[in-house]
Formats: sequence, C-alpha cells, structure tokens
Amino acid sequence: MDGSSALVTVLAAMIGGAIRVSTPFLFVALGEMLTERSGRINLGLEGTLVLGAMSGYAISYHTGSPWLGLLVAGFAGMMMGTLHALICRLPKVNDIAVGIALMLFGLGIAFFLGKAYIQPTAPRLGSIPLGFWSSNPQIEQALEINPLFLIGIALAFFLAWALKNTRPGLILRVTGDSEAAARALGHPVMLIRLMATAAGGFLAGIGGAFLSLYYPGSWNEGLSSGQGLMAVALVIFARWDPIRCLYAAMLFGAAGALGPSLQAIGITQGYYFFNAAPYILTLFLMIGSAGSKKALRDAPGELALTR
Amino acid sequence: MNQPVSIPAGPAAAGRIGRERLARLRRGAEALAIPLLALVISAGLFSIFLLILGKSPVQFYSLIWLGGFGTPFSWSNTLLRAAPLMLMALAVAIPARLGLTMIGGEGALVLGGFAAAAMAVPLIGTTNPVLMHALMLIAAMAIGAIWIGIAGGLRHHRGVNETISTLLLSYIAIAIMNFFVEGALRDPADPNKPSTRAIGSEAMIGKMPGIDVHWGLAVAVLACILLHVLMQRTTYGFACRIAGGNARAALAQGLPVGRLIVSASMIAGLCAGLAGYFEVAAVHGKANASLAAGYGFTGILVAFLARHNPLAIIPVAILFGGIAAAGGIIQRRMGLPDASVLLLQGMTFLVLLASETLYGRFRLFNPAARTERT
Repeated sequence: MDGSSALVTVLAAMIGGAIRVSTPFLFVALGEMLTERSGRINLGLEGTLVLGAMSGYAISYHTGSPWLGLLVAGFAGMMMGTLHALICRLPKVNDIAVGIALMLFGLGIAFFLGKAYIQPTAPRLGSIPLGFWSSNPQIEQALEINPLFLIGIALAFFLAWALKNTRPGLILRVTGDSEAAARALGHPVMLIRLMATAAGGFLAGIGGAFLSLYYPGSWNEGLSSGQGLMAVALVIFARWDPIRCLYAAMLFGAAGALGPSLQAIGITQGYYFFNAAPYILTLFLMIGSAGSKKALRDAPGELALTR
Repeated sequence: MNQPVSIPAGPAAAGRIGRERLARLRRGAEALAIPLLALVISAGLFSIFLLILGKSPVQFYSLIWLGGFGTPFSWSNTLLRAAPLMLMALAVAIPARLGLTMIGGEGALVLGGFAAAAMAVPLIGTTNPVLMHALMLIAAMAIGAIWIGIAGGLRHHRGVNETISTLLLSYIAIAIMNFFVEGALRDPADPNKPSTRAIGSEAMIGKMPGIDVHWGLAVAVLACILLHVLMQRTTYGFACRIAGGNARAALAQGLPVGRLIVSASMIAGLCAGLAGYFEVAAVHGKANASLAAGYGFTGILVAFLARHNPLAIIPVAILFGGIAAAGGIIQRRMGLPDASVLLLQGMTFLVLLASETLYGRFRLFNPAARTERT
C-alpha cells in the first residue's frame, strides 16, 4: 500500500468512524447535559447505555423492527433515570453514589436478561448512503450515515434554542442554578429534576440502542466500555452547552476511531494503546477544563460535581 | 488544637459521660440496624424478581449458603474472594473519610498485579524467591499508590472530579496491561490466553496453616485493623475526618488538606496494589485479563455497606465473598446467568443508598433529636 492511499484510508476511516462512534456519545451527552442543567448528576448512564443496548436488541430480535427496539431502549433508559431521580429526592441521599449503584444495577440487569441474545442476530437500523457521488469505496463507506446522527445534530440545535428561548428551558436553568430561587418562583423542583433525569435516561437508552443496532451492531457484554462515563466527562468539557456537546462528541468519536482506522492499514502495533486514546483524551480534557474559570462560571450552581 | 482538655468531675459529670456513652451505643446500633434492614429488603426484592422468572428464592438463598458457607471447601472459596474484597473496600473507604468518592480500585489492582508480574519476569527461576517477592510487592504497592494518588492530586490541584477520573484511570490501566500482555511481555509458551510468564507454582505464596487460603487473607485483615487504628486513634486520622467533614474549616485550622487528600488516595491505591500483588503471587501466578474480575466494583458496595468503617469491612467482605463464591453453583443448579450476583449487588447498593435517608428518623436510636429540635 503506497503512502497517499494509506492516508486516504486512514482519513476516510477516521471521518466515518467519527460519525459512527460519536452518535452514542452525542445522545448520552445531551441527556446528561439536561440532567445536570437541572442541578443533579447521574453517573449511572453507563448502566443505562448498556441496558438500552440490550433491550433495543432484544425487541428488534423479537419484533423484527429495529426502530421499535430503539423506542423501547429509550423507555428502559427513562425508567432508569426515573429510578435515579426517585432515590435522589429522599433527603440525605448522595446523587453521585446513587449513580455508581445505578451503573452496577444497569449492567447487572442487562447482562442477566441479555444472556439469551448474545448468539442470535437482530435486524439492524438502516443508513443513508450520502457517499453515492464518490467512486472511492472507502469514502462511500465512510459516508453511510445513520439517521440517528442527523437527529442528534438537530436535537443539539433544538435544545440549545429551547434552553435559551422557551419557558421550560428557563425553568430548567433556574432549577439548576438556584433551588431556592426556583422554589420561591413556585416551581416544583423535585418534579423538574425527575423529568430532566428521566429525559436524560431516555436519550442515553437511545445511545445504547445505537451501539447494538447499528455500530458495532451486535449485543455482547463488552459492547460499551465506558462510553456512558466518558459522555459525563464530555458534558463538563462542553461546559453544559448543547452545541459544544456536539463538537465534543465528534472529537471523541474521532479519538475512538483512531485505533480501528490504524488497524485498517495494518498498523496493529499498540492497538490496545490506541484503544485507550479516548480515555486518555477525556482525562486530559478534564484536567484542562475542570478547574478553569470558564467552567466554574458556566456550571449550574446546584451541581455537586464542581466544588 | 492543643487546648487543654478539661477533666469532668463529680456525679453530674459521671452521669453526662454515661449518657454520652449510651448515645454513642445507640448511634452504633443505628449504623448496624439500617444496613442490615437494607440487606433484608434487597434480598426480598431479589426474591420477587426470581419469582417473576419462575425460580425459587428459597433454593437461591440455600445455594448461597451451601456454596458460600456450608462446607469447609466453600468457606475456603469464600475467604479466597474475601481477601481482595477487603483490600478493595479499604481503597474506597479511606478516601471516603475525606469526603472523596474514589472508585477506581479495579484499575489499581490490575496495574499493581501487572507490575508485580512484570517485575518477576526476569527473576523467574531465581534462587532467591524472597528477593523476587519483595520486589514484586514493592512494585505493586508503589504503582497502585501512584495510580490513585494521581486522581487525588488532580482533585486537589485542578478540581478534577475524582469519581470520574478514577474510573477513567481504571480503563487506562486495563488497556496498559493488555498492551504489554498481548505484546512485549506475552509468554510465547502459553498459546491459549495472552499472559505474562508464570512465576511457577513452587515460587507462589503458599497457604496459611490450618485453612486452605493464602496469606493474603491475613494481610487483608491486618490492613483493616491497622487502618482502623490509623483513622480512629491517630492525629492523621483525626485530621482526615475533620477535612472530610468540612474542608474549609480544616483549611482555616491550618490542616494540610491537599497533602491529606493525596496521602489518603495513595493509601487507597496501596491497598488495591496489594490486592493485585496477591492475585498474581498467590492465585494466578501471572498477569492476564483475569485480574479484572470485578473485585473493585464489589469492593465499592462492601465499603458503603460497612459505612466506610475498616473493621466492619471484614465481615461484609466475607459475606460478599460468599455470595460470589456461590455464583458457580447457582449457575449450574438453577440455570441462572452468572450476572445474577452482579444484579443482586446492584439492587443491594440501590436499596442501601435509599436507606441513608432513614438515619436520624428512629426514636429508638435518637431519643435526643426530637427534644433538641423544640
């Protein structure tokens, strides 16, 4: 393989990978952004993601409809979010610890019920061939785009608009910035947080179903390795802004695609190291962004995550 | 901090001391009763879950008894798992005293175990096994301490959330081990599973006399006792508890909060690295993917159930060691997936955290609370 075609292969694989890999990041991050904007943090989205992947796959297998599977995955995620919110509304309960417990619980229930679905093949979500104009099969393959990616982008812009310009958006932000102010205005703080956490769970469930129903496109116990967790870190890096969540998800997608795309041209040396790239990137982004003045300024006031 | 302690005298003071002792006893009873209640409720919830699936909860719990505690063989199986669980729970409990939620013990165990195995590779077959084990032990503990210490340092100096950073470090640790185990340090003689070279059964840590469990159990119990003394009976532990209660007040008192945070994280990592050392030196004999067996995650639950009390960790770790040891027999006899144990743990954890809200609600444990409020 000569140099330039190897470069095209890597670039095409990285762009395609960035689009495919970033979609679950985008959904989980947008969901977590909503939850954190209400003043609560749900660290259990890793469990929600895996449960969504399992339930979506199982429903798609039984009904033959991957889109129905996607919807059910969303509802499974919503149940998890509701559970988190209901436990957290009890006094003296720490939301970070509940998130850890929910992560273990979600993994447990997904692995328990999902044992039967590791072998069978379920119908997968379709894609839109946006690369039809190119004669290069690699570019064509890279531009096979799943509609969910486009929905995710639209959702990011919609949420950015809604948070700024609508009454529910304003109420959500008030609740997250000052519980006392929200109470004084007569808003039901616990109900708002419940809805925000449930909505966050719904989106994380959708992100999980993308993993099992599109890319990588099968269900097994090693399907997600920290995507849900990295998405939580990504929200901090994106400073709770939906549009920046979109950019950050793309960045994470590209980092996640680095290992497989280098493997595609035969560089297998250090495969495990490149697989660790997203985690290392996340850690460095957190170091760079967590203590910054901008992050402290943009953080919802009620959030336990920042000091 | 160095103010003279006034010594109470007279019958009134004696009465006050008596009341204080009683109140402490009541609080202790509360800390025992509420987690026990949580355990019972989660066992009940899991029973309902089993009934829905058409399985017998009675059979489930009797199999846990049989597989975990029923025979001498199951006891040794249980204790074999309890040893790393104790150390992993300590890795959560010590930072928790400072108000830190550090849950990356799994990664420190894996990396510590890997460091021990890698250290042993050039020394395999040496005539001096004591030197080899000393080097393995130092490598495992040092790497573990550095690994979690990084998260502590980032927390203090950069404000990076320690829960997320420790979990990320866990994934990175497992990737580092895989990188070497599948590459430079892979034993070519072992075609089945990528591993480092085995240190050989004759060089491994042996069993304790009398019971069929390696010395790691004794070390783990000793670590629980020592860390209990450290946290309850020394100025260091006192300073940690003050900083955990109110970091700003601790800073105002002139306590070195940053140094406390980093050192407590390093103690946590040291415990996890120690667990990794014993997994390699006494159980597996080499480093491979089996090191990431989930002890770190069960250890989180053990620490929370023990309310981050190092002494209480010992019995709780034995209980969960038993449940884990019974996993195999449950799988074989009842046809339940191996994730049953994980699900039971997740349920228990959720119920336990929900039960935190009950503290201070019972008259029996807090007779004074109501009168104080009025």
